[in-house]
Amino acid sequence: MLSMTITIVSVMICIALVMNLIRLLTGPDLPDRILALDTLYINSIGLILLFGLYKGSALYFEGALLIAMLGFVSTAALCKYLLRGDIIE
Amino acid sequence: MSTTVELIVSAFLLMGGSFVLLGSFGLLKLPDFFTRLHAPTKATTLGLAGLLIGSMIYFFAAEQRLMVHELLITLFLLITAPVSAHMLAKTALHHQVKSLQRTQGRSLAESARERQAPSFSEDTNL
Amino acid sequence: MKLQARNRWIPMPAQSFILFVVWLLLNNSVAPGQILLGAFLAWTIPLLVSPMQARQPRVLRHGLAVRYTFMVMYDIVVANFEVAMRVLGPNRRLNPAFVAIPLDLEGDLPITLLASTISLTPGTVSTEVSEDRRWLYVHALHLENETALIEQIKSRYEAPLKEIFGC
Repeated sequence: MLSMTITIVSVMICIALVMNLIRLLTGPDLPDRILALDTLYINSIGLILLFGLYKGSALYFEGALLIAMLGFVSTAALCKYLLRGDIIE
Repeated sequence: MSTTVELIVSAFLLMGGSFVLLGSFGLLKLPDFFTRLHAPTKATTLGLAGLLIGSMIYFFAAEQRLMVHELLITLFLLITAPVSAHMLAKTALHHQVKSLQRTQGRSLAESARERQAPSFSEDTNL
Repeated sequence: MKLQARNRWIPMPAQSFILFVVWLLLNNSVAPGQILLGAFLAWTIPLLVSPMQARQPRVLRHGLAVRYTFMVMYDIVVANFEVAMRVLGPNRRLNPAFVAIPLDLEGDLPITLLASTISLTPGTVSTEVSEDRRWLYVHALHLENETALIEQIKSRYEAPLKEIFGC
């Protein structure tokens, strides 16, 4: 039963990823695209966690933690670049 | 692993998955940037928290070992989600992204961009 | 408002404690070696970074702070169901708005906490703070009554924060 649930939730997250991709490609303004990227990485954390559950291995959490940290930093850097035209002042 | 544990884990996973889907659906569907900002910051954060709690219960039941990494990721996301939302909103104000025509108090966006106190003159209905 | 007092050898006790706990969580063990290494890191990192940190107001009422945290968590869940309903409903029924909220709080840390809670909880995202730190600009997904929203934020979130930090 659990493996079926994992499959269903994986499909849900994949649909969510496709939605983010459409917003990333069509987004009328730059902030829209950054928001889509931000959501994209958060959703990919979910996908990695589900893969870890499916494999029954706890190793994937390190990857998830790394994506969470790098994703936040990249969002902040992109915003800063759009705000000031420079990342490190 | 007992059926009860599987049921609980499945419930958490399904709840988390539907919230993640809902957040992305809102990102696709809502009409302008500022309304779009709401869906991913709130729904996706809670959805991911649901997924993480589900996997924490699963590993606790399957390996009899408390995995607390998930809590760390949840906390990290809870702290960073409002910060990135704030930075994105600031960027949108700075770039003068068009807000929806019927948004109330659009003149406030002007003073917000200048970081000044609001001037209650035109269409604010206080 | 009381500022944090500085001890020379342990400049940031709360942060040291958080570093120690996070180190143990990251390694997922309580082996003596990890505890020793964690304690060492928790002692030296604050020593190195404390000159860079601006002084922040101190938490005066710890019990209230814990209760505030749980209240915010409950509100996050409630707010999510509300946002979910709004997202699933038709777009033309939405009534978005910018609202300016007058702030009574002082200090960067309390204002940041208030802005973060507002972003996570009831259908609002904080967008900007005015330069003199007197006004917080908020974007609401669906606004029915402006004064009621301001009243709710002030009484439910700002008043406890004010009491916690005593400012």
